[in-house]
Amino acid sequence: MSGVRLLVGTRKGAFILTADGKRKHWDVSGPHFGGWEIYHLKGSPVAPNRIYVSQSSGWFGQQIQRSDDGGQTWQAMGNLFAYEGATGTHQSHDGKPHPWEFKRVWHLEPSLTDPDAVYAGVEDAALFRSTDGAQTWHELAGLRTHQSGEHWQPGAGGMGLHTILLDPVQRDRIYIAISAAGAFRSDDGGRTWRPINRGLHSEFLPDPAAEIGHCVHHVAFHPSRPDVLFMQKHWDVMRSDNAGDQWREISGDLPTDFGFVIDVHAHEPETIYVVPIKSDSEHFPPDGRLRVFRSRTGGGHWEPLSDGLPQANCYVNVLRDAMAVDSLDPCGIYFGTTGGQVYASANAGDAWSALVHDLPPVLSVEVQTLP
Amino acid sequence: MIQIVLPFHLRNLAQLDGDLFLPVEPPTVAALLDALEFRYPVLRGAIRDQITRERRPYVRFFAAGRDLSQDPVERPLPAAVIAGKEAFYVVGAIAGGK
Repeated sequence: MSGVRLLVGTRKGAFILTADGKRKHWDVSGPHFGGWEIYHLKGSPVAPNRIYVSQSSGWFGQQIQRSDDGGQTWQAMGNLFAYEGATGTHQSHDGKPHPWEFKRVWHLEPSLTDPDAVYAGVEDAALFRSTDGAQTWHELAGLRTHQSGEHWQPGAGGMGLHTILLDPVQRDRIYIAISAAGAFRSDDGGRTWRPINRGLHSEFLPDPAAEIGHCVHHVAFHPSRPDVLFMQKHWDVMRSDNAGDQWREISGDLPTDFGFVIDVHAHEPETIYVVPIKSDSEHFPPDGRLRVFRSRTGGGHWEPLSDGLPQANCYVNVLRDAMAVDSLDPCGIYFGTTGGQVYASANAGDAWSALVHDLPPVLSVEVQTLP
Repeated sequence: MIQIVLPFHLRNLAQLDGDLFLPVEPPTVAALLDALEFRYPVLRGAIRDQITRERRPYVRFFAAGRDLSQDPVERPLPAAVIAGKEAFYVVGAIAGGK
């Protein structure tokens, strides 16, 4: 029987939740790396028992851990993330030039084909790749040294590269997103990059339609249609039908189009999910009601999904990497909150239940659908 | 031999069980950290930056009742540490909480 493994990164460790294909009874393992910030952990699509973990601490820096047995045991891997060549400067919060300085790994994206290959999105924003199972890391410096790099600036949470999408069709195509520089695309395996932000509009910029500077919170696609991108921006939910060359707004009838997460149904490429958050000043759901919104039309028209979610006095947030979908049928949807709950729906969002209530604040959720 | 006391998280990283004694020559902070990282490669980058070799901001070095964090790392360790009467402490600084 198939099964599901949830990989949950929190402010104080990693947790692994497992269930069989019915998704009714869950076992919880953890905390792994208790007391450390686990920004992200993710399994290899081609070797599911291989899991890569970003483990960091304000005191003791960055560690990378790897498991080859599905999270039962771990091995510390290489943690030297050295920018290649002259680091140059980006803009700091006060608008002054600031040298690039490595702080932590926000996101790990294992290769679609090679279990030893994995990408790391880091703060200050850059993309690294390992081809030896995370023992050594090498920067794909063409991104950071893009001519716009000196104008990038951090969002409130830091200048992190938080989204990495590997195109399963055009294998040399990679999408990434940076807060607050915007989205970029490489068509040559990460050697060269171009901003893909046309159509985005951000009122906080002197030129709201500028080529770079947008605070992209997350980007998702369906693997069968990697040219169709869905974006949750600081404000606005956006869509591109041409690999990011042009975006259009699909916020439609959402109660608010601020938020962090966005994801796509595993079997319905036009069905997408967001969790609206009240505003950039109040990072909690409108009216204290936690609701996922689903669009079955690729955006524009949205329906609230609230069955099983708290509908009063709920003031949690759902962070950008904290939603994922499994590939069972019906599709399972999962998300974690800053209140330490992980919610799951085994019927594409129609009904929800909390798998755990009291974890540390959840930073990321990934799902592995196991054979 | 120099006795080195590590904080909870670094002991876990190094999978250290029991007291830690290392030969350190010359008996300086720099050589002590070199010896520590050689014996436990997982600690590279956890105490000092791997490239600049600068102490991480929220790490402190205490020994013989003194805070050595700001001292030049090439300065000899306190005599009591060299003599094995006192330990060298790597400490996570008090830094609020979240």
